[in-house]
Amino acid sequence: MIPFSDIERDFAWAVLDGEASVPGPLVGKSGRATSGKTVTRSFAVYQNNVYASLIDALASRFPVTARLVGEEFFQAMARIYIGCEPPRSAVLLRYGTSFPDFVVQFSPAGSVPYLADVARLEWAWHAAYHSADATQLTLAELTEAGPDAEDITISLHPSLGVVRAPFPVVTIWQISGREGKDEPTQLPDGGEDALVVRPKLDVEVRRLPEGGAVFVLALKGGATLQEAASSAMQEAPAFDLKANLAGLITSGAIVSVR
Amino acid sequence: MDQATAQVTANGVIAQNLTGNGPMPSRAGVGLKPEHYRDILDASPDIGWFEIHAENYMGDGGPPHAYLTAVRERYPLSLHGVGLSIGGAGPLDKNHLARLKALVDRYQPALFSEHLAWSSHDTVYLNDLLPLPYMEETLATVCAHIDEVQEALQCQMLLENPSTYVAFAETSMSEVEFLREVVRRTGCGLLLDVSNVFVQATNHGFSASDYLDSFPAEHVGEIHLGGHAEDSDDDGEALLIDDHGRGVADSVWALYSRALSRTGPKPTLIEWDNDVPSWPVLFAEAKRADAVIADRRSNRVRVSA
Ligand SMILES: [Fe+2]
Repeated sequence: MIPFSDIERDFAWAVLDGEASVPGPLVGKSGRATSGKTVTRSFAVYQNNVYASLIDALASRFPVTARLVGEEFFQAMARIYIGCEPPRSAVLLRYGTSFPDFVVQFSPAGSVPYLADVARLEWAWHAAYHSADATQLTLAELTEAGPDAEDITISLHPSLGVVRAPFPVVTIWQISGREGKDEPTQLPDGGEDALVVRPKLDVEVRRLPEGGAVFVLALKGGATLQEAASSAMQEAPAFDLKANLAGLITSGAIVSVR
Repeated sequence: MDQATAQVTANGVIAQNLTGNGPMPSRAGVGLKPEHYRDILDASPDIGWFEIHAENYMGDGGPPHAYLTAVRERYPLSLHGVGLSIGGAGPLDKNHLARLKALVDRYQPALFSEHLAWSSHDTVYLNDLLPLPYMEETLATVCAHIDEVQEALQCQMLLENPSTYVAFAETSMSEVEFLREVVRRTGCGLLLDVSNVFVQATNHGFSASDYLDSFPAEHVGEIHLGGHAEDSDDDGEALLIDDHGRGVADSVWALYSRALSRTGPKPTLIEWDNDVPSWPVLFAEAKRADAVIADRRSNRVRVSA
């Protein structure tokens, strides 16, 4: 009598490893054992289910990444990722966090240098979509709280994410995503930093102005307004505090001020 | 009022309320899909209830919870887990149980169901309902897991019969015997997936009618109907795949009628999870199931009259 834990282990290995032989002892319709055989069509249903469903899950949260490389390439890349880093939780919504890092070192994708940046932006979008909810602060409330004070601390929306990229990632994402073009043609020079936030039901993606990313990331890290502004000015001497603050308010990115 | 409710229950119009969270009508329901959120909220279609895959609502917030909250205000809900791995050799994931409990508390479903299958091995989650041999060891494990679930969620759960593509030499009892014993030991109910019966009967070469006729019908709290794909195995014989990617086949509708004649009217879900159709197409499938239930009910009245 083989303990079930052994059967389960062999089964799981054979499902994940497409080259493995069918775990034994299985029986076919005739009652004939199939053990030792290379994967049967019946057993292959499980392999297909596992890989196809996980590839679908990744394709649905990285649609622009998939479009940029084409469906076939994306599926092959996703399959290798799944083999290396299968899900560790039954909450599949969380699966794919490390996919952008995988894309960075996936050399066959090297001809699309901004691919991993687009994947990071898409993950930030997905995370914002499912993040906790919070009520944004209105301009009136912010004014009342006295935004001139230097030592105030701003709490940002829990859905907020910042993606910094050496490529114009927002432009690429917009062209390929919204306009449905396969390959962005004319790209602006230099990188773009994206602010991703979901104030209510819709996820919004905006380009951050110069120094904006450092500013928002500092606020997110708990820095006071003044501290965050001076960090931003170190990177971008032309950093405009008022404009950046106004941008955060209109994005619905601020939930409270202390 | 109490008397009226009791009569309705006696006629099988209202299903047994397993979780204490309000009634579940013995009517057709469908899986709640993001593609249909707006159709449902704009038109409030006359449908009995909705079922959700619990794991799709385990994010912290956002549109899924906002829409589900709005839908739940208008319709009864069935919570259907796909990731608990009740049939697995290892212990249940306590964090996952806690997440399920949070959903039960928040959305007050009338039913909670999971599968006779496993989907996690060690720390790896395989995202599919994988099969187990039916033997004393797995019976004991499954019963212990169901005890734990019912304890944690504080309600009776329904266990669903799976669709499988391979069978194990270690199996020493039939699936129906296995399920019957699980019910006896744990007091859980059963979710009878008629499509899974059809798929398995074809794949393993047994009679779907015999399976249904021997099924412990008195413990069925919900029925599933879904579409399947056709392929062939290594011997060139039919291999059916339970892909939930199309309408319910006529042969399955016929088996559904047969199942209802034993169970009486039961909440019946149309499972269509892949290549999700437009709302009217899905709604029409639900109406077809409602018509079969109504037919069964009038037959029964005629017989008893
Ligand atoms: Fe089912």
